[in-house]
Amino acid sequence: MSDVALALGGATFDGLVKIEELAHGMITLRGDLTDKAIVAAVKDVFGVTLPGTRETAFAGSTGALWMSPDEALLLCPYDEAQTKADDLAAKLADAHALVVNVSDARAVFQLKGRMLREVIAKLAPVDMSPDAFTPGMVRRTRMAQVAAAFWMDDASTARVVCFRSVAAYMFGILSTSADDAAAVNHFAG
Amino acid sequence: MLLITCPYCGVAAEETELHGGGEAHLKRFGPDSSDDDFTGYLFHRENPKGVHFERWRHVNGCGKWFHAARCTNTLEVFGTYSAQTTEPPKDILDTIRAKRPGFKWRDIA
Amino acid sequence: MSTRVQTQGRLINRDRPVSFKFNGALMKGYQGDTLASALLANDQMLMGRSFKYHRPRGVVASGSEEPNALVNLGEGNRFEPNQRATTTEIFHGLTATSQNHWPSLEYDIGIVNNVLARFLSAGFYYKMFIHPRPFWKYVYEPFIRHSAGLGKAPDAESRDEDRYEHFYAFTDVLVIGGGVAGLQSALTAARAGAKVLLLEQTAHLGGRAPVDGGTIDGMSPEAWVEKARAELEALPNAQIRTRTMGAGVYDHGYVLGYERLTDHAPEVAGPRHRLWRIRAAQIITATGAIERPLSFAGNDIPGVMLASAVRDYLVNYGVSPGDRTVVVTNNDDAYRTAIALVQAGLKVPAILDARPQGGGALMDEAKALGIRVETGAAAVKVKGAKRVHSVCRGVQAGEGEVLEEIFCDAVAMSGGWSPVVHLWSHCGGKLTWDADQAAFRPDHDRAPTSHDGNPFVIASGAADGAFHLKDVLQNAANAGKTAAGRVGAEEGDSAAPSGDAPDEAPLVPVWMMPQGAQKKLRMKAWLDYQNDVKVSDVQLAAQEGFESVEHTKRYTTLGMATDQGKLSNINGLATLAHALDEEIPCVGTTTFRPPYTPVSMGAIAGEARGEIFQPIRKTPMHAWHEANGAHWEPVGHWRRPYAFPKSGESVHDAVKREVLATRNSLGLLDASTLGKIIVKGPDAGRFLDMLYTNMMSTLKPGKCRYGLMCTENGFLTDDGVVARIDEDTFLCHTTTGGADRIHAHMEEWLQTEWWDWKVWTVNATEQFAQVAVVGPNARKLLEKLGGMDVSKEALAFMEWKDGTIGGFPVRAYRISFSGELSYEIAVPANLGRAFWDALIEAGKEWDITPYGTEALHIMRAEKGFIMIGDETDGTVIPQDLGLDWAISKKKEDYIGKRAQARSHMTDPKRWKLVGLETLDGSVLKDGAYAIAEGTNENGQTNTQGRVTSTYHSPTLNKGIAMGLVLNGPDRMGEVISFTNGDNPAKKARIVSPVFFDPEGEKQNV
Repeated sequence: MSDVALALGGATFDGLVKIEELAHGMITLRGDLTDKAIVAAVKDVFGVTLPGTRETAFAGSTGALWMSPDEALLLCPYDEAQTKADDLAAKLADAHALVVNVSDARAVFQLKGRMLREVIAKLAPVDMSPDAFTPGMVRRTRMAQVAAAFWMDDASTARVVCFRSVAAYMFGILSTSADDAAAVNHFAG
Repeated sequence: MLLITCPYCGVAAEETELHGGGEAHLKRFGPDSSDDDFTGYLFHRENPKGVHFERWRHVNGCGKWFHAARCTNTLEVFGTYSAQTTEPPKDILDTIRAKRPGFKWRDIA
Repeated sequence: MSTRVQTQGRLINRDRPVSFKFNGALMKGYQGDTLASALLANDQMLMGRSFKYHRPRGVVASGSEEPNALVNLGEGNRFEPNQRATTTEIFHGLTATSQNHWPSLEYDIGIVNNVLARFLSAGFYYKMFIHPRPFWKYVYEPFIRHSAGLGKAPDAESRDEDRYEHFYAFTDVLVIGGGVAGLQSALTAARAGAKVLLLEQTAHLGGRAPVDGGTIDGMSPEAWVEKARAELEALPNAQIRTRTMGAGVYDHGYVLGYERLTDHAPEVAGPRHRLWRIRAAQIITATGAIERPLSFAGNDIPGVMLASAVRDYLVNYGVSPGDRTVVVTNNDDAYRTAIALVQAGLKVPAILDARPQGGGALMDEAKALGIRVETGAAAVKVKGAKRVHSVCRGVQAGEGEVLEEIFCDAVAMSGGWSPVVHLWSHCGGKLTWDADQAAFRPDHDRAPTSHDGNPFVIASGAADGAFHLKDVLQNAANAGKTAAGRVGAEEGDSAAPSGDAPDEAPLVPVWMMPQGAQKKLRMKAWLDYQNDVKVSDVQLAAQEGFESVEHTKRYTTLGMATDQGKLSNINGLATLAHALDEEIPCVGTTTFRPPYTPVSMGAIAGEARGEIFQPIRKTPMHAWHEANGAHWEPVGHWRRPYAFPKSGESVHDAVKREVLATRNSLGLLDASTLGKIIVKGPDAGRFLDMLYTNMMSTLKPGKCRYGLMCTENGFLTDDGVVARIDEDTFLCHTTTGGADRIHAHMEEWLQTEWWDWKVWTVNATEQFAQVAVVGPNARKLLEKLGGMDVSKEALAFMEWKDGTIGGFPVRAYRISFSGELSYEIAVPANLGRAFWDALIEAGKEWDITPYGTEALHIMRAEKGFIMIGDETDGTVIPQDLGLDWAISKKKEDYIGKRAQARSHMTDPKRWKLVGLETLDGSVLKDGAYAIAEGTNENGQTNTQGRVTSTYHSPTLNKGIAMGLVLNGPDRMGEVISFTNGDNPAKKARIVSPVFFDPEGEKQNV
């Protein structure tokens, strides 16, 4: 719908990394992630097998992030989120599970560039060295003063998720950390 | 700043990711309980210099409540375990007994 | 005089002159100079005045331990007081001014304090300024404020121009200190495969070794340092950070590092300081040692310096502090200074060695250079005012008889070396007394322990009490190997390079010089330069019964302020021990607390300033509110419009207009901040029955019910409307500030008490923008937009329905917090702004009026609805508020039920909610107390209630209030008095809290 307005209208910043606010379909699934019916339904609707602890799973434009032993964040294109959420909820009608479209509740920022590890390491109490955090992992944590989650798609791409209401704050701390003159040069490679 | 490993997501989390929840293994007393039982449940807490069983929540993380066995004096963490238990598991107690012979906590020794 | 010599100066670049200003005078130095070395090169020995007596003071040390040479650095927005000249690298255009003087550094009026010195002894604040009382305000305080205090606070109007940031780093082994010990420890650990991060507080690696001489593996220390640096930098698992101080060691291997990026080059873009938040499995403290001053009379006269500092200025910066330098020592190391001075062509009239037998190989070398050595000798006193003039020689064993006056312009003193144990001690590492070195050093058996109960700090090199180059390197290699082993790296090799340096004769502890110095001398023998504490002060404290070292510290101010006693610590302890007739280890040390040297406030704040000082939560309509003149109110981290004043309209008038427009026609409220928590599962109804005081399990799908939530101790904590979505699913609205808290409350009970109940929760607060469409014309507006049937029949009061309105997918709730016909309509957040715009546009014909939180509050108060945080304050139970109707009598249990049965909770004397109307129609003060007869035991007026909410009601055009009053509901019509600030009490009548439309006719249409 043309009335869709992201929190920051697709804001961008170019510095140590290129930051871009993305429209993103996101569905929270609460349920036993090892329950076969739930695993099968997710596979059916999102094309991925639910990932293991702190892992991600992707199949093209859809994917799943492990959030806790009984919570996953399912990803898809923004426009498909409600349909997919309804579809999954219908498939899980007999299971003990809760499916909620949270695409609008969150803001997503893509970080692109070689220095993304440093930009994140300025804000999150997480070991961002290449031997500790790799593509395929997801981390829920705190970035400066707000809750956040992030994962790496590849060596030079990461996505950061936060609540929509603090999108401007997140964009502010990310772009401040990504100031061209603020390189730390800590991580090899 | 404490470093405590969340047993649910495996993250060795620094304190800023965590929220402390006080003493673990409290038994809830409801409407039919005696004044003494209810007062004990609501207000009376262990305050040991030494081994303590505590509740923590990985609030800036997986969101799960868990329990930690920790020495309030040296800050050593003997282990963390599920919050969904009414008493400390045996492996945790064995670890504590090996490191702190003669420790006591409530009626656990 | 002090001056630049033509040779030496390994750290300066003579091809790069730098000009700077000190107290307005233009001076020249070289790139690589510290401010202290550059000032000395300009013959500016006088760098400041002391804190208490305003005595002239020169630089004493060459590093971060410097107590005297503190300056105001920079101007305007970059002004900073108390910066150590010894650790400030100069740059073009640097401006510095000296501190603690008035009117000028050269002529200070406060020096009269000198005359009054006998009144300013230990504890002078406590003793002198007590009586007579009135003198405190008009005489003592202005005097103390004018003369005391280190440096000046920045101008209140100035704003720090720089940026700061944090950085989280993780490593196996953190090495603090980049001297030869730190480098060797890092090499050993890194070669074994451990991930190593090395921090060095200065711009240069190598520490003292290049100045102190000797050879390492046959190389000069400088060459070895360069080789070590190159090897570490080539290793993928090792990193070096210079200009980064290890500021503090904390629990479980947490360390703060303080990186100063642009202090030496302010023209460079980027953050000024970076605070490293490091988590290390093992920490090696290779922090070196600090030389101790000697306590002789006049040891604070400018020109008296640590022997090592004299050597540093000469070798590192090519600066001679004086032409004729007398060396006073109790150990061999100071001989190095004499030798270096003479080799540079300067004069050393004598070395006064307190030891009867003198020193070893270095003494022989000095004698061979023709330097006169006096053994068993003492500096009885140093003469001079703003500059050393002479040293009076006596015998150390004596009481201070002067045998000879030796003319000189500098004195290099050495009382031995103390390992820098601060970082070892920060997190509980214990110390042991090393009688041979007369110093505390780390007790290896009592290292700080980490989360696994194992030691996590290892001292290395001189910081561990190893002083000879050979011992330093072996000790450092051992430390590196131990650390690597503990982090599970491969078995490291503890082979150390061979260090070669002259053997040294043992030192003899000297705590007073001469040992029997008379009082007159002791009163001029400084222990703590920064705080003006003398030997006689500590002795007086002991005499007055201050036996604990911590008490003595606070009573005398020994070891306080920015240097935290880095120079004075051991000498002070020894003096106290001596006065108490105790052994030094029995007296012990004061607590070493982080940071090692002060860290800027900017670094601590990091990125948090300006727009990103703290997160501001914004609703999808925030930009509209901003563009339409919202007067903001912070609610938690949210910003909500308080009112929307129009141009020229006061906030108060805007509120009044918004209330009347809503009551008479149509109002619009951004209610997006209200919490929306989805609760689902076969046990969801049972769970909500426990959570709320009401019965929620009986609610029918499609219906809404107002509910109250209490904590386990019975107090009301949140309220809101619950909608049943389907058999298994509920949506719980919470207060604006309550969403996260209540969601956490739900998860806590589900995870830790009823973990076998089948319930899931999701906090969906931000998924929806929610708009309250309120007023007699609300339905007409929605019907105009078209879509779902919003008639009374299709969507009755306290019902909800999904559908579309104006093409937007919505969930509409017929709920009212104003008493008007009201719909709260939720749309996906990303459509919130478009939906709001559509409502504004379509509502024009009814003069649609957006209203803020104050109009909301007034309208709910007119209706007698409670507000969490106004009527509740954590001590109020629902029964106090007359909400018994919302407390289920049928339920066996709910959270808070048992507590509400406790005797104090059922006490009939609890204050209860009523409405209040002033007799004159004016507004009561918020929080005003209802006055009762008599006074309590403290002579205070008794109270019988208090105001919880109070407003001017535009609807009723009079003041209305709610309050908790003793037996209130039984006293309808009674008039009682309320406090009114400093004004006479105000009379108000007790009435029903429902002031407007008690039958609910307006909302039920």
